[in-house]
Amino acid sequence: MKLGLVIDLDTCVGCHACAVACKEWNGSSAVSGPLSDYEPYGAEPSGVWFNRIRHYEIGEYPDNKTLNLPMSCMHCEDAACVTVCPTGASYKRPEDGIVLIDQDKCMGCNLCSWACPYGARELDRSSGTMKKCTLCVDRIYDLELPVEERQPACVLACPAHARMFGDLDDPDSAASQAVRERGGFGLMSELGYKPVNQYLPARKPRPIPVQTSPSPPPGRTRTFINRMIKR
Amino acid sequence: MKPALSVIFFTVSSGAGFGLIALLGLADLLQRAGGAGGPSDREIAAGGLIALVLVAAGLLSSTLHLANPRNAWRAFSRFRTSWLSREGVFALAFFPMAAGYLALVELGAGEGPRAIAAACTVVLAWITLYCTGMIYASLKPIPQWHSPLVPIGYLALGHYSGALLLLAVLACAGHPTSPYVDLALGWLVVAAAVKLVYYASMARANARTTINTATGISRARVRLLDVGHSHGTFLTDEFCFSVARAHARVGKALVVLVGFVIPLLALLLSPATLPVAILAVAAATVGLILERWFFFAEARHVVRIYHGL
Ligand code: SF4
Ligand code: SF4
Ligand code: SF4
Repeated sequence: MKLGLVIDLDTCVGCHACAVACKEWNGSSAVSGPLSDYEPYGAEPSGVWFNRIRHYEIGEYPDNKTLNLPMSCMHCEDAACVTVCPTGASYKRPEDGIVLIDQDKCMGCNLCSWACPYGARELDRSSGTMKKCTLCVDRIYDLELPVEERQPACVLACPAHARMFGDLDDPDSAASQAVRERGGFGLMSELGYKPVNQYLPARKPRPIPVQTSPSPPPGRTRTFINRMIKR
Repeated sequence: MKPALSVIFFTVSSGAGFGLIALLGLADLLQRAGGAGGPSDREIAAGGLIALVLVAAGLLSSTLHLANPRNAWRAFSRFRTSWLSREGVFALAFFPMAAGYLALVELGAGEGPRAIAAACTVVLAWITLYCTGMIYASLKPIPQWHSPLVPIGYLALGHYSGALLLLAVLACAGHPTSPYVDLALGWLVVAAAVKLVYYASMARANARTTINTATGISRARVRLLDVGHSHGTFLTDEFCFSVARAHARVGKALVVLVGFVIPLLALLLSPATLPVAILAVAAATVGLILERWFFFAEARHVVRIYHGL
C-alpha cells in the first residue's frame, strides 16, 4: 500500500480549513502529542502545524490567476528524512508507506527537517522533538469510527472537496483514477524523493456559449410591439 | 540556513583536533619507518592530548545543538543509513583508539603495536572528518552543500588547522620547525585552493529547483502572494536566514584574508617562533569560524522557494 493524499488545485479555494482541522485533530492526538503554540494571544503568534497553505499568482495580468497550494508531508517513497535520522526516530512503515516520528526516540537534531525539501517537518520547542503529518494514522485505522470517517481530518474538513485520501498503489482507487485522468503530479520531482501525495492541475476551462454574430433584425410583429411599449 | 554557533564551534574545534592527531600519527609512522626529525614521544603525547581535548570539546558542544539531548545516546543506532550516526560511532571508536595510542607512546611500547595504533588512530580521524562532511553533502535540498567539495573541504581545512597547531606545539617544545613550516604551508595551499574552487563553483551553480518545479506550474511566471502565516514559523527561523550578497562577498574576502593570507605571510616572512605560530593559529581559527558561518549563512534550502525567497 502507498497511502497518500491527492489535492485538487483546481478546486482548492485556499480557506485553510484543512490546516485548522489538522491542528485540532493532531493537537490532541496521542501520536505526536500536543502541537505547541508560542504566544498564541501575543503580538507574534506562532506554533507547530502539519499542513500549511501558501498562495501564489500565476501568469501576468490580465491572464493571471491565483494558485492555492496546501502542503503537508508527502510520505515520499524515497524519504531522505528517514535515512538521515541517526536515532531511528523517523521511520517509514513498510505496510502502508506512512512516514512517522517516534516521539520517544527523537533527539531534536533537526537533520531530518534539513533533508526534507517540502518543509513538512517542524520542531516543537516544548517537547524538543520533531513533528509532522501522520496521515492521521490514528483516524484511518480506527474501527470505532464510522467507515466514512476513517479518513484524515483535513480531507473531511475541506469544504471544496479538494482533498482525496487513498491508496496510490491500487490503480483502481478513486485517488489513483483521479491522478490518471487529471494528469496529477508531484512537487519538486527533480529531487527524486518520489512524493506519494499528488496534485491535480487546473481543468481545461469549459467553453461558455457566446454570441459571435449580431442577431437577425426582429420581425414585423415584434417591431410593432416594441414601438407600442415604452421601456 | 541559520548558522548554529554550537555546530560551528564543533566542526572547527574537532576538525582541528582530528587534523592535528592525524598529522602527528603520520609523522610518528614516518619516523618509525626511518625518517628523521620527527616529533619526540613527549611532543606526540602533548600534541595528542591537545587534539583529544579539541575533539571532545567539539563533540560536547555539538550536543548543545540538540533540542532533546536525553535521547542523544540513540544517535549511534542508525549506522547503516545515517551519516550523523556514522560520525558518532567513529568518533566514539576514535577516543579509546587515540587514548590507547598516546598511552603506548608514553609507556614506550614496542614498535609493532605502536605503529598499528598510530595507523588506526589516523584512519579513524580521517573517517570521522569525512563523515562530518558527508552529513552536509548528503542533503539534496541544499544545493550549496550537496557537493563532493564539501567533505574534501572538511578534510583539507581540518588538516590545515591541525598542521598549524602541530607547528605551534613543536615551536613550544623547541623542536626544529622548518619541515613543519613547509607542511603547514602545503596544507594552507591545499585548503585555500579547495575553498576557492568551492566558492567559485557555488557562484556558478545553477539551481535545478525553481518555483516552477516547486509548484508544478511549468511555464508561467509564479509569484508568492501570501505565505499563509502571520509571523515566523519553524521553517522561516531555520531556513529563511539571509545574508546580503554584498556582505557575503566582504565576508568571504575576510575568510581568505584572515584564514589564509595572514598565516601565509606570518609563516613566510618570519622564522617560525612560538609567537609567530600562535599568531598563525589564531588567525586561521578566526578565519575558519568565519568560513563555517558563511558555509551555513549562504546555504539556501529549497523550502525557501515556497516562501518567495
Ligand atoms: S515530505 Fe519531507 S518529511 Fe515527508 S516523507 Fe518526504 S522528505 Fe520526509
Ligand atoms: S530531529 Fe529527531 S527525527 Fe529528526 S533526524 Fe533528529 S533524531 Fe531523527
Ligand atoms: S493527513 Fe492528518 S496529519 Fe496530515 S495534514 Fe491531513 S489532517 Fe494533518
